[in-house]
Amino acid sequence: MEEYTALRAFADSWGLLLLFIFFVGVILWVFRPGATRQYRDTANIPFRHDDKPAQSEEART
Amino acid sequence: MSNYLKLIVLGLVAIFAMYAANNARDLAYMVHAILVAVIAIGLFIYTLRRTDEPGTAHPENEYNDDVVRLGVIATAFWGVVGFLAGTFIAFQLAFPQLNFEWAQGFANFGRLRPLHTSAVIFAFGGNALLATSFYVVQRTSAARLWGGGLGHFVFWGYQLFIVLAATGYLLGNSQSKEYAEPEWYIDLWLTIVWVAYLAVFLGTLIKRKEPHIYVANWFYLSFIVTVAMLHLVNNVTVPVSIFGSKSVIVWAGVQDAMTQWWYGHNAVGFFLTAGFLGMMYYFVPKQAERPVFSYKLSIVHFWALIFIYIWAGPHHLHYTALPDWASTLGMVFSVVLWMPSWGGMINGLMTLSGAWDKLRTDPIIRMMVISVGFYGMSTFEGPMMSIRAVNSLSHYTDWTIGHVHSGALGWNGMITFGALYFLVPRLWKRERLYSLSMVSWHFWLATIGIVLYAASMWVTGIMEGLMWREVDANGFLVNTFADTVAAKFPMYVVRGLGGVLYVIGALIMCYNLWMTVRKVPATESKLSVAVPAE
Repeated sequence: MEEYTALRAFADSWGLLLLFIFFVGVILWVFRPGATRQYRDTANIPFRHDDKPAQSEEART
Repeated sequence: MSNYLKLIVLGLVAIFAMYAANNARDLAYMVHAILVAVIAIGLFIYTLRRTDEPGTAHPENEYNDDVVRLGVIATAFWGVVGFLAGTFIAFQLAFPQLNFEWAQGFANFGRLRPLHTSAVIFAFGGNALLATSFYVVQRTSAARLWGGGLGHFVFWGYQLFIVLAATGYLLGNSQSKEYAEPEWYIDLWLTIVWVAYLAVFLGTLIKRKEPHIYVANWFYLSFIVTVAMLHLVNNVTVPVSIFGSKSVIVWAGVQDAMTQWWYGHNAVGFFLTAGFLGMMYYFVPKQAERPVFSYKLSIVHFWALIFIYIWAGPHHLHYTALPDWASTLGMVFSVVLWMPSWGGMINGLMTLSGAWDKLRTDPIIRMMVISVGFYGMSTFEGPMMSIRAVNSLSHYTDWTIGHVHSGALGWNGMITFGALYFLVPRLWKRERLYSLSMVSWHFWLATIGIVLYAASMWVTGIMEGLMWREVDANGFLVNTFADTVAAKFPMYVVRGLGGVLYVIGALIMCYNLWMTVRKVPATESKLSVAVPAE
């Protein structure tokens, strides 16, 4: 029971805070400057390399 | 060298399985032991004949599409099996005479029902996820599938899991946990297969040539990792004997119930939602020929979905021994979940902005759009039903079954059909599908089937919920349970007819895909022009 209480206390304080900060961090990261240009390229990944794997290290053609 | 190791392992498995069959304590275990022995001996001979022979090379400049083709065939096959089983048990509920006397203990509703749910979720949905994830991860990583023959091991190992689970249910082998019915040795086998699946998927991602991991792969990866975690925690069982199928779970009472519904709801959340969202984020943009509406939204969608879904399970246990705070927590998270779900739905639908005319001309995109529409509908209905006051009316009624099927038939089924129509011409290198009007027939049959199913279940669910709680002036219950069963009969027939329409649609799809491979001319000449010299 002591272990449960300790874990529970950690989970609803620091654990919750960590998850929340991570989540807010992800959202801020998504809207960082320059993201739009990079994501435009990323969103086009499905339209490359339909028939064959990329041959060289630099995949973007 | 590795063949010698394989031979040793296969030989040991065969000997142990034969010994186990001889000592089996129950029928299901004996049948499975004999099945495993036969497969191990067959594979032993197969491996022996190939030992010290020149092996086939795995060219790094080609995608491994063999395993994807197998997955597509298995998806169509298990889909029809699962839909047929579902339609049959729907009529068993309407007409109990279909629980034939001669098949008692094997083919009555109680045995066929888990067969149906596992066949559609794990066999149809699971193979769709296997096939599409292997297809998508190769294309979006610009790399051949990692692990050589390991992909084939994952595919065939998964089929063995399905056969063991399905035959086990008919023979009375079940640990009575919804969507986790297979017994301990089948669970162990699935664990091995799943670790191999994770290795193949991660290995391909690690050797990718694209700098960024495309969002569909994030969803697929979260599906693989979370299902592994759920499967392990919900199946912590101790077998009664190594020669019998019965096992006992280590948790008891409400802890067991909570673990089961943490598993059960996240099986919906990560198997039937996250994995299929991976399909949506690849196949909808491909079929619409334009990138996803907002890549930023897709990242927020991903993290919000996986952070919130994992907490929603307790809403299955309102008004039980579960503490109120836990069921309130589940309810609140279920309602909050509405937002990422609709964010994803909007992202999928808006991908078509500027190309809405395709809805008129392309029945495949129509299928994908109605699938995303059903996703939006059932992710609105679900949070609403998780609210405790609504749940007091809806729980244990057919409303729940209607909700599950609008999600499963509408969202999972339709997006899978769309993906199959997309994949078959490309995998078999055909110019086009055999018949687009057959796709339209499939679309309308399936849609009308779902509408009949969902509408009849809403009516019968709310009706029986109201009948159960109806009391007279003195506080006595007005209706017996049998009264509600009798009142539900017409809706049960309508539901069964909806299932019939859905099965016919799937059969038309199978014929169409078969004829695409058999009759449509190949694209070879066109392809060699399209690929630029590098």
